[in-house]
Amino acid sequence: MSERIVTLSVNGEPRSVIMPDNATLLEILRDHLELTGTKHGCDLGECGACAVLVDGVPVLSCLVLARDTEDHQITTIEGLGNGAAPDPLQVAFAEFGAAQCGYCTPAMVITARALLDGHGSPSEEDIRAAIAGNLCRCTGYIKIIEAIESVASMGPT
Amino acid sequence: MVSPHLVVGERHPRLDAMDQTRGAVIYADDVAPPGVLVGRLLRSPHAHASVVRIDTTHAQALDGVIGIITGEDLPTRYGILPISQDEYALALDTVRYVGEPVAAIAATSATVAERALALIEVEYEAMASTLSLRAALEEELPLLHGDGVGRNVHRSVALEFGDVDGALRSSHHIEEDVFFFRGNTHAALEAHSATASYSPQGKLTLTSSTQVPHYVHRTLEKVLGLPSGKIRVIAAPVGGGFGGKTDPFSHEIAAAKLAMLTGRPVKFTLSREEVFYTHRGRHPVLMWLKTGFSADGNITAVHFRSFLDGGAYGSYGVATLYYTGALQATTYRIPNYRFEGVRAFTNKPPCGPKRGNGTPQPRFAIECQLDKASEALGIDPVALRLRNLVEPYSSTVNHLRITSSGLKECIERVVAASDFDARHGRLADGRGIGIAVGSYMSGAGLPIYWNDMPQSEVEIRVDRGGGVTVLSMAADIGQGSTSMLATVVAHRLGLRMEDLNLVTGDTDLTPIDLGSYSSRVTFMAGNAALDAATAVRQQILSVVGRKLEVDVADLELAGARVFVRGDEESGMSWSEAVQLTIASDGPLLATGSYRAPELAGPYRGSGVGISPAYSYSACVVLLACDRDTGMVEIERVWLAHDVGKALNPLLVEGQIEGGVYMGLGEALFEEQSFRGAHHRGPSLLDYKIPTALEMPPVETIIVESDDPEGPYGAKEVGQGPLLPVIPAVANAIHDAIGVRIDEVPITPDKVVAALRSAERGRSTRFGPSGVPAFEFPEITRVEPPVGFGVT
Amino acid sequence: MTTHLPTFDYRRPTSLGEAVRLISSGGSSTVVMAGGTDLVPKMKRRQLTPSTVISLSRVTEMQGIRYQDGATTIGSGTLLREVVASRLVPEPLRLAAATVASPHVRNTATIGGNLCLDTRCNYIDMPEGWRIANGHCLKDGGDTCWVAPRQERCWAVHASDVSPIAIAMHTNVRLVSETGERIIPLEDLYANDGINNLTKRRDELLVELKIPSIEMRASYYKLRRRGAIDFALVGAAASFALEEAGSAEDVRIVLTGIASAPVRVFEAEQFLVAEGLSPGSIVEAAGIAGSCVRTQDNTDLGSRYRKWMIPVAVQRVLEGLAMNTNERSADRGTD
Repeated sequence: MSERIVTLSVNGEPRSVIMPDNATLLEILRDHLELTGTKHGCDLGECGACAVLVDGVPVLSCLVLARDTEDHQITTIEGLGNGAAPDPLQVAFAEFGAAQCGYCTPAMVITARALLDGHGSPSEEDIRAAIAGNLCRCTGYIKIIEAIESVASMGPT
Repeated sequence: MVSPHLVVGERHPRLDAMDQTRGAVIYADDVAPPGVLVGRLLRSPHAHASVVRIDTTHAQALDGVIGIITGEDLPTRYGILPISQDEYALALDTVRYVGEPVAAIAATSATVAERALALIEVEYEAMASTLSLRAALEEELPLLHGDGVGRNVHRSVALEFGDVDGALRSSHHIEEDVFFFRGNTHAALEAHSATASYSPQGKLTLTSSTQVPHYVHRTLEKVLGLPSGKIRVIAAPVGGGFGGKTDPFSHEIAAAKLAMLTGRPVKFTLSREEVFYTHRGRHPVLMWLKTGFSADGNITAVHFRSFLDGGAYGSYGVATLYYTGALQATTYRIPNYRFEGVRAFTNKPPCGPKRGNGTPQPRFAIECQLDKASEALGIDPVALRLRNLVEPYSSTVNHLRITSSGLKECIERVVAASDFDARHGRLADGRGIGIAVGSYMSGAGLPIYWNDMPQSEVEIRVDRGGGVTVLSMAADIGQGSTSMLATVVAHRLGLRMEDLNLVTGDTDLTPIDLGSYSSRVTFMAGNAALDAATAVRQQILSVVGRKLEVDVADLELAGARVFVRGDEESGMSWSEAVQLTIASDGPLLATGSYRAPELAGPYRGSGVGISPAYSYSACVVLLACDRDTGMVEIERVWLAHDVGKALNPLLVEGQIEGGVYMGLGEALFEEQSFRGAHHRGPSLLDYKIPTALEMPPVETIIVESDDPEGPYGAKEVGQGPLLPVIPAVANAIHDAIGVRIDEVPITPDKVVAALRSAERGRSTRFGPSGVPAFEFPEITRVEPPVGFGVT
Repeated sequence: MTTHLPTFDYRRPTSLGEAVRLISSGGSSTVVMAGGTDLVPKMKRRQLTPSTVISLSRVTEMQGIRYQDGATTIGSGTLLREVVASRLVPEPLRLAAATVASPHVRNTATIGGNLCLDTRCNYIDMPEGWRIANGHCLKDGGDTCWVAPRQERCWAVHASDVSPIAIAMHTNVRLVSETGERIIPLEDLYANDGINNLTKRRDELLVELKIPSIEMRASYYKLRRRGAIDFALVGAAASFALEEAGSAEDVRIVLTGIASAPVRVFEAEQFLVAEGLSPGSIVEAAGIAGSCVRTQDNTDLGSRYRKWMIPVAVQRVLEGLAMNTNERSADRGTD
């Protein structure tokens, strides 16, 4: 099997990595690019903890080959917000107590960001449906939904 | 103008909340020291076998394999409880469940490590395995622990308080039921991970996703033979605990040993499958419960038998066994009580402590049986509960000291909020409402290993600029213990939470806390923090008082100022006060500690269940049940919880909502289940934890009974709210469709089976039919406290 | 315990011609990957260790949705997310596609991948170490089917949510190989065999779906434990053509999650053709479906319960049709 240099666009920056063909995006992000905000939960697409945005769409990085994301824009939790200013979702998740252990939080925030970017004013039902693939074991989702609703109600961000 | 002095009782985000939402928290699996080796465990494919021979030659020869160890490299037995020292880090002579670690490898890459695992040759000699409670208790099978064949009994207990038979004989009504609570597991989103490194000076450092750095520290000391001071255990922020990271684990010990042997850092992160084998989750418990009632509904006596399927090792199981019998008495006044229990060994992954350790199972039984009794007696379920409540500041028949209790208020408030009286028995077919209550400890009264030292210590250091650092070994597992410490200290010192630095969970840096289990941290570490903060406060006030020539009692510490009460412009700033104090007294640091009062009753086994305070909860569940599919949709949950004092209502609500969530999952979906020796589905597809689509709105009601011994009156909230949820669901299902499901989880196939049986005019119940034939030990009779006994 | 992918050669053709050439010249250990949401976990669990993986992600001919010649054509490489969102796709199909797994999975998974989903079973979709400990089953290179050890076939279950509604809507699929192409009814793509569950040749690629414009009502009902992530315990699709005096073809009832292929319940279909849709006939047709379809104990909740649920699912999907005045809409089922 061959290894090659692949340049990925991660959080707006070109990142060149020597990678084997069978590397998943999750492995490259965590092990090669040290972007450990993206979490490893089940490795099989069943928990949602590894979600990142590819061209603004949340996908499970444990199921995606890194090479297949070569010509796309990858956004991880570290890439949200504007420089030192956090994304309003990050602030809201903090203020609403939407994170307890915090392990599902980055993927949850990422997923919510895609929802708000693609949807003017999501209903509670829309929010539940959007995060249905993101398992959280601590919060019962209640404060997560409240946090997302609060940002949604602020209008486009 | 000094801002009003409010920290306790304020809604405040966790101190690390922004780190969490920005993905900046470094969990154990995010630790990657230079040159770190990848660790992997070889696991047994057999449920029960002798390990005849292990040959690692071929694996060792593989390029990139740096270290391999087997059971012989770690031949010291350990276990979390001193009375259950029955584990080896790697199986020594015998494997006792499918998935038990047999060998460990450290290699330069995961690919190499995995290839090497396949090259390790292990010769097993399989033996008959014990796979069910009945097999363990009724059949002669090879012993899991010990030689030869026999009954695989781990531990049994028989206690009687008062005269149960006498009281039952004179009871107006007797309810007798069998319930089965199938086991389930924690399923934290974070898989266990540990990284060890070993310095040339002989210092071992282990960073682990553990709830109990102190117990891991002690275990490493024992198994590796290193002096305590040569081991540093760091509890990384835990990505979900729930009791699943409360034992010392094979991968932690293997990481440490391999780091020592190779001189390189070694990291193990378990796969999701391995987490299901590592387990230590909720015990499956079969229960027989017989309760007597007077004509007006007073409980006269309870006879309870529990049969626990413990899996292959002890873990916390002896405590779990006793817990199944201990905490029924903290909610309802039981005048006469007999408890017989047995924990069996079976060839399955070991069970252990999960949120509510040993108490959700009997709580399910009691609360469902009370509803059955309420029908038989013609007494409303709420009234029946209210008339049997334990009084605050009383004692239970099994000698548990009760202090504050807001249970009555909890019940009244959920009943009112949910309009229970108007709905119960009156909703349209297919919709139902149910109620149940619960109670949990605010920390186990005794440490796991016997000692006279404090259960928690906190140190506070104040620097010359007035900066405050609070040090505690308490491990934050998501419950917010670090923020809790900050709340207590900030409130006491008149500072803001965010002014403080917190150093936690590090055995080198922080004074002892026994760990994040048994809901002990707010009560015990919180009290220790309050003690330390009080010492700092007193020291500063006394120095400032001397300087200002005012009585210390007239000084106030608030808004980062020290001033004469009533005159906020007087006095000086916090940092000036600190500098004055250091100039006067030298380094400004203080320690505080907590030890629970002596609470044990006059009998062996009384150490389990005692606690300095008990939390109380009441829950109402409203649901719809589809008669055709058996699917249950939870519409709304009301949960009132007596937390003593909500130090931070935001975090208290979060714990309540999370407890409801986990309870609903246990009630309807979750089961750690086996087909023979094999797990039915070690994945998050097969092990079904609820998604956002299953979670109903929850109305949380915080009740504050102001416990006299809790820090600012606080009690626990991490575990208690889960307990009433499960029986409330079962009771609501009965209200909805008229059948009783006496087995958890209440899956749709059971609901439909009960409905089909009822349609045919047969039983309207789905549940276990009997209990194993097991001879309990001779009953130890304990004189109940004054006021109990046959009435 | 293995969660890394096995090593393989990775090919990423950019045209259909190149793709079928690569497949044709590849050995038996070559696999085709569309979205990868089924294949990647299978490879991580070492159910498959292919020497070569051919990614279809850049084959533009296989993507996109268009309406032409009286049919909606959906490229097999079209993401389920795009299927769900497209106004060109008949609503019953969109709603069925929206029940697949989770939103995240649908953002990667393709409609062709869902139709070609490998069959599933309690004994095969397990980690490698589990399968070694339990003993490899028939589908996994062993010699026994653990579901029915005395029988010499594999009972793994067809689990697509798209196939039943697509069959109910008379969908054809276009298969292309290096040597030619053919268009077959979708139901002919499947064989009731857990191992060889697809009739297409190994060198053929499923390139597109063609859904004819027939005036009909169609609907899919998915019974599942959780509102997301889970496969169907039982899924039932039904269609009812609106032309008067139709043939036996104008009612279709198709089940998923039951056998190794989608199951058409001809007996119930014929009954409804004769009787028409009425509250009474629906109940009877559901009963017929329940009595003529067997289940195995090979997915969640066991065979008895799923057997019970077949008439329930059929009744519900038919009731959805009967109630539905909107011609192309469907009942969303339990979610």
